[in-house]
Amino acid sequence: MKVQSPRHWTSREFPHQVEILDAKTREKLCFLDKVEPQATIAEIKNLFTKTHPQWYPARQSLRLDPKGKSLKDEDVLQKLPVGTTATLYFRDLGAQISWVTVFLTEYAGPLFIYLLFYFRVPFIYGHKYDFTSSRHTVVHLACICHSFHYIKRLLETLFVHRFSHGTMPLRNIFKNCTYYWGFAAWMAYYINHPLYTPPTYGAQQVKLALAIFVICQLGNFSIHMALRDLRPAGSKTRKIPYPTKNPFTWLFLLVSCPNYTYEVGSWIGFAIMTQCLPVALFSLVGFTQMTIWAKGKHRSYLKEFRDYPPLRMPIIPFLL
Amino acid sequence: MGRLTEAAAAGGGASAARSAGPPPAPLPLSSTSPGCAAAMASSEEDGTNGGASEASEEREAVGKRRRLGLLATIWLTFYNIAMTAGWLVLAIAMVRFYMEKGTHKGLYKSIQKTLKFFQTFALLEIVHCLIGIVPTSVLVAGVQVSSRIFMVWLVTHSIKPIQNEESVVLFLVAWTVTEITRYSFYTFSLLDHLPYFIKWARYNFFIILYPVGVAGELLTIYAALPYVKKTGMFSIRLPNKYNVSFDYYYFLLITMASYIPLFPQLYFHMLRQRRKVLHGEVIVEKDD
Repeated sequence: MKVQSPRHWTSREFPHQVEILDAKTREKLCFLDKVEPQATIAEIKNLFTKTHPQWYPARQSLRLDPKGKSLKDEDVLQKLPVGTTATLYFRDLGAQISWVTVFLTEYAGPLFIYLLFYFRVPFIYGHKYDFTSSRHTVVHLACICHSFHYIKRLLETLFVHRFSHGTMPLRNIFKNCTYYWGFAAWMAYYINHPLYTPPTYGAQQVKLALAIFVICQLGNFSIHMALRDLRPAGSKTRKIPYPTKNPFTWLFLLVSCPNYTYEVGSWIGFAIMTQCLPVALFSLVGFTQMTIWAKGKHRSYLKEFRDYPPLRMPIIPFLL
Repeated sequence: MGRLTEAAAAGGGASAARSAGPPPAPLPLSSTSPGCAAAMASSEEDGTNGGASEASEEREAVGKRRRLGLLATIWLTFYNIAMTAGWLVLAIAMVRFYMEKGTHKGLYKSIQKTLKFFQTFALLEIVHCLIGIVPTSVLVAGVQVSSRIFMVWLVTHSIKPIQNEESVVLFLVAWTVTEITRYSFYTFSLLDHLPYFIKWARYNFFIILYPVGVAGELLTIYAALPYVKKTGMFSIRLPNKYNVSFDYYYFLLITMASYIPLFPQLYFHMLRQRRKVLHGEVIVEKDD
């Protein structure tokens, strides 16, 4: 018969207690007894949801300090600077929606909306134009390009991208959809208008623009694949992206976010192809937003990795 | 803790209770510029830091409340005194005109140069935000000044037939009183000597002035609509090389409609500011 020596609790094994307070009112919301020291924040969030079912884990922000940064789901309780009784502060992040849902909705809209204008569905243009077709080749080409772009985005959302965050605040979907759907309608209205004027330099201009567009679409896709391969499925690791054998990824030598670079390039191509001012404005607004994101990403790369390649700029080689 | 003592300190005027030197001053127009109140609602700053209600503006203010350079203080003081004087001149000119002529017809024409000068000069306030000598966000200041510039240059200046409308006088009066109050508030705050009645005026006049100004602006734009439609001014029609169109008439309609969501936001924001600054109320802000 095996004799077991008396169990000595070490501090590592001692079950922890966790109290959760509201970050603003300091009201005690929940007290968890006998929490495993190796429990993760994710598990604590699940326990908290049991007592407060309206606050599902995605909308919980738990932190050690009421005004501090949110703890990550992977953080382990015993590795935090807390005693055996941990005090965590809770902030409600508001209703959440998954990134995938947001992306699919915001991209499906433009795809569908543009086609409404392309097919000249009634009540958009004068009734004599209902369901007529443009006589300009570039208009048909533009429809193919625009549709291709958004189909590509939808497929990438479903099969390529690996999201580090599961959710975002619900109000973002309204904001984002207004932006994408609104601009799509605005652009599509003019490009498919019966009084549309084709580009000044004719077929030459369209061919050049198409080349830019196709190259940038391929480039953008290559970057998305390269970024996907950096991160194994189900993980949230972050690594420095480097050029691969694919020549489109060589842009990584010069910029941190070549996917944004290529995206701007695609829209510039589309603007030249259609010679439509609203498209140019959409490109400009998109460029501004992507520059902000690229700068943020660039900054966090620099912060996280000591050996980050110094030649790289956030979005435009050498410039921005 | 933070809010209550800040509000109390603000209650004592721009006093030395606050860390840095003179408080950062020129902050956005308070009333009759709904502009983009959505952006506005997140921060209506004022000379004392009691106004810094929303968290982000508070952090911005704290970050920028390093000792304002001597040059910046001198410049801002000069700027605010000049603007106070300018709007005072406008006010006096308006009163004199009405006393002499007995009518508002021709009033706009007589004061338009002064109005355009001082209202356009206010574009500098955006620069103040950009270079950081004022803690307001560039976006907020930009939107507010832009809405004034829009009203002056794109409506009253450009659409001559409406210049003698009563509604023009309505918003001119509202703007004038507001600006005199606001700029003198900033001036005294900078000089560290804010009389309570100025602060009182700043946080009470808007209750009447803001709706009055909005009414004046909306009525003016409404009066301008027929002329805009008839002349097709500021509009681009299809077909054209750049495949774009713009209809100023519909643009004005949309602008008028935008007052509906924006005005209440801004108005209630000012009311909250007022409760905090004048009554030291602690208001727990909504989570963002």
